[in-house]
Amino acid sequence: MRVFVFVWLLIPCLVKAQAKKPAGTTSKTASSSANTLKNSITRGHAVYTQYCLTCHQADGSGVPNLNPPLIRTKWTLGSKTVLIEQVLKGSSGKVEIDGETFNNSMPPLASLTDQQIADVLTYVRNNFGNKASIVTPAEVKAVKAKTK
Amino acid sequence: MMMKVVFFFVSIVLFSATDLIAQSQSPDAVKINLPVGFTTEVIGKNLGRARHIAVNSNGDVYIKLDRPRNGKGILRLRDKNRDGKIDDTTSFGDYGGTGIAIKNGYLYASSNSAVYRYKLNNNEPDTEHPETIVSGLLDRGQHNSKSITLDNNGNIYVNIGAPSNACQLQDRATGAPGQDPCPLLDVSGGIWQFKADKTGQKFEDGVRYATGIRNTVGLDWNSATNTLFAMQHGRDGLQDYHFFPDSVSVELPAEEMLEVSKAGDNFGWPYCFYNQFIGKKVLNPEYGGDAKTVGRCEDVKLPVMAFPGHLAPNAILFYTGNQFPEKYRNGAFIAFHGSWNRAPLEQKGFFVAFVPFKNGKPSGNWEMFATGFAGRENVTAPNQAVFRPCGLAQGPDGSLYVTDDAKGYVWKINFTGK
Repeated sequence: MRVFVFVWLLIPCLVKAQAKKPAGTTSKTASSSANTLKNSITRGHAVYTQYCLTCHQADGSGVPNLNPPLIRTKWTLGSKTVLIEQVLKGSSGKVEIDGETFNNSMPPLASLTDQQIADVLTYVRNNFGNKASIVTPAEVKAVKAKTK
Repeated sequence: MMMKVVFFFVSIVLFSATDLIAQSQSPDAVKINLPVGFTTEVIGKNLGRARHIAVNSNGDVYIKLDRPRNGKGILRLRDKNRDGKIDDTTSFGDYGGTGIAIKNGYLYASSNSAVYRYKLNNNEPDTEHPETIVSGLLDRGQHNSKSITLDNNGNIYVNIGAPSNACQLQDRATGAPGQDPCPLLDVSGGIWQFKADKTGQKFEDGVRYATGIRNTVGLDWNSATNTLFAMQHGRDGLQDYHFFPDSVSVELPAEEMLEVSKAGDNFGWPYCFYNQFIGKKVLNPEYGGDAKTVGRCEDVKLPVMAFPGHLAPNAILFYTGNQFPEKYRNGAFIAFHGSWNRAPLEQKGFFVAFVPFKNGKPSGNWEMFATGFAGRENVTAPNQAVFRPCGLAQGPDGSLYVTDDAKGYVWKINFTGK
């Protein structure tokens, strides 16, 4: 069942990622970008399991009052810059999502590589019922440079 | 067109997938399991986040809501026509919070930073004239519940949880060193004593009655021993230090039943945690510990009973009624909210336990009393649990009340012998 959901989930993302590719970038075949996304999600899953799962939970549903959910929230589906900054800087307390408050602190995960951050965010944005564009290491690098 | 069809199917599959996560079982289908002879009855449902509960001598039930509903944070449930069913519910108090208690003709309730009380005139709370007993208590979000209990000598005890995991320089960052001394202990990480009948007290007017307690939600005065009992929520994230295999790590540290036998008792947080496998308070890794070394923790007070890690004991109640069989008298019921910090293993808790007492000491190990609140086996995330037990109270007839802050259910448990 889970595999089934996962496969269905991937299809529109792949199509979307491909369709959204801005003109002028180096051209890639559909299969290689599919491969890229699949690999990124696989690697992202491993990063998630090691660094994120304990608090945000195996199903991304978070913990009431403490740790925010990752399922279809404005954070997970919204600005990639905000998401990248959240991973780099962490936060302490009182995050509000849809009228719910979450009070736990999140430690910064700035020691992760650009690739790891890109992978885990791509995983989160394409799992738990989410469907959003991938995050690239270049985007992580750009945010890092800006926030330094 | 093809694309639209695919998207349509994806949406359907996604919705059913997430619905599976959120709606594992319908609340009314969940069966609460009790020892032989006990029965349970739902007396309230969908009430909001029902935290602690108190029952007056006339049977009126008061529940503190974590956040106000329609602007009101305290519920009063009454069986007006005495047919055994709640038929009259009102609400008052414009603040959310956890603590609620009844003592000497007053109803006491807490927000996350203050304690108020209402005079009970012929069992009717004077909701128009709340008195502020204490205000200005630390609330930084994390561990901000202010549980309350009263002794028989005019004092009220208020927990002030530490807004931290182990007082690290960087909260919850694995490997971050602990602050030494921990400045949070001056304003939190313990239980403070205030006068129960004096209005306008500030934090500074309180006495630090017990210290070195990371966070407590379950708090009760034991009139048999004339001492304060507190249930400590132990620290998170010890498993990230990999001292033991995961199966052992997730059980550490123990959730502790603490007895404060004299003012100033110190239970060791953030420097120490209780390793129940060796029966010792040992140094936390943030303070140079390896989960075995005792060091400065030698003089720290030990718990009177240890429970598996992270189960989140949110209420403790010493049973003084006559309705339940002899073995339950003067023993302690404990409501476990259920864990979230036990990955990669499944989450546990979501039950009410019992600890028998004799001559003021536990006379046996803890045992399950009411189970099945999660509504399923193998809970891997707390949101999968249908109910999460949070509050306990004893009725004038010796019945036991249990609240749930996930769906807002309240149960009344009776012993019928059948």
